[in-house]
Amino acid sequence: MQRLVFICLAFLFLSACDVQPWVKPYERANLADPIMEFDRDPVSSSYIDHVYEAREGARGAGTASGGGCGCN
Amino acid sequence: MLVEQEQLLAVGAVVTSMRKLVFIIFLFFSKITLALVLPSDRVDTMYHSYDGGDITITGPSVLIRKSVSDSVSISANHYVDSISSASIDVQTIIGPSRYKEERTQQSLGIDYLHDKSLMSFSFTKSAENDFDAQTLNFGMTQEMFGGLTTVSMSFRLGDNEIRETGAPTTNEVSETKGYRIGLSQVLTKNSILGLNYEIITDEGFLNNPYRKVRLLDPSGLTFSFQDEIYPKTRTSNAISFNAKYYLPYRAALHASYRYFVDSWEIQADTFEIGYTHPYEDNWIFDISYRFYSQSNAEFYSDLFTTSKTIWGRDKELSTYSGHTIGFAVSYEFGKGDDWFFDKSSVNFHLNHFIFNYDDFTNIPDAPIGTLPGEEPLYEFSANVIRLYLSVWF
Repeated sequence: MQRLVFICLAFLFLSACDVQPWVKPYERANLADPIMEFDRDPVSSSYIDHVYEAREGARGAGTASGGGCGCN
Repeated sequence: MLVEQEQLLAVGAVVTSMRKLVFIIFLFFSKITLALVLPSDRVDTMYHSYDGGDITITGPSVLIRKSVSDSVSISANHYVDSISSASIDVQTIIGPSRYKEERTQQSLGIDYLHDKSLMSFSFTKSAENDFDAQTLNFGMTQEMFGGLTTVSMSFRLGDNEIRETGAPTTNEVSETKGYRIGLSQVLTKNSILGLNYEIITDEGFLNNPYRKVRLLDPSGLTFSFQDEIYPKTRTSNAISFNAKYYLPYRAALHASYRYFVDSWEIQADTFEIGYTHPYEDNWIFDISYRFYSQSNAEFYSDLFTTSKTIWGRDKELSTYSGHTIGFAVSYEFGKGDDWFFDKSSVNFHLNHFIFNYDDFTNIPDAPIGTLPGEEPLYEFSANVIRLYLSVWF
């Protein structure tokens, strides 16, 4: 956990440096296309993550965020 | 140089205390240039349906997001699960049930754009006749490196109250804490990578009070049901990688992998691949395949031969794998019209699940006279439907 925190902080501190983006803003048209979003429709993706969380032993690192299951 | 020294000193101090850590990160957020925006104003109205494993769950979900100023956006979600019957874990004990239950969940959220940092806070309340949950979420998001990197962090705290229908004396509690960090990285002008890591800890009553273990009688011919006893704590770690790639003819590929491990010795792998294909200006088609597999918990057994102090027979604790095939279509309309709404879309998603269990048996469907432990392995399939209308305004 501490290593992870350290890596995270290192990223934050490095951000203060003057890093030149290797993908220029005018080259990001494709990335800005809605089909490139990880989570295009939040209400839909949080529901399917909830379904997975209720049926599977694994959890986390997804979008589900509330308690309650409805899965007796 | 002085600033760099201060930053290094800060690194040394941080790892000793989570509270200090959050504080220092918060300070740094206020110094970094970024270009985050508030979530867009939209209303989503969804009907969802889960049908499989003798369970049907349906209901609506409505999400509203609205900016109230240049820096504040609020959201509200109302969600309902109407549940028709219990799972095989409970049906094995009480027989085919005409079980009906309803779960309602409400969420309120606020996003605050301050000094080029995006902070999010939400409260979620879920209520069932035998389970109440309240969850607080706090998150921060930061862009850096000229917008190529986005870092996010969040914390959630959940309080759960567990009861048992027909057993008024059962009144247990549990607490859930989740710490999450995420990174989204632009790799090229056509590809982006996401990384998420989350630790979740639970403490308290973690059983499902309706589920039982089965204990073999000394004769070996019959068994009895006994109350499950779970550990009082659980800590899980999950790390996921997500990649998206933009194809030359305006389509996208995505792939993801998640590794999960917890203190109950469950290990799980999840793989997913998908393809998104727009058609003309209004249609978007998605297809996906997802594979999930996990090993069983250390205290799990389908049939115990001796009594244990910690034991469980939830099928979600067993060894099993699952396949999910997904299809989705979205139709966008009203874009560019001189109308009150910016655009709208109607969306349909269908997911087909297949789960195969390696060490959880199907007792209700076993032929009469089957010896304990000789029952067929359980398997089931399910269809999940999401139908929703989204309106941006």
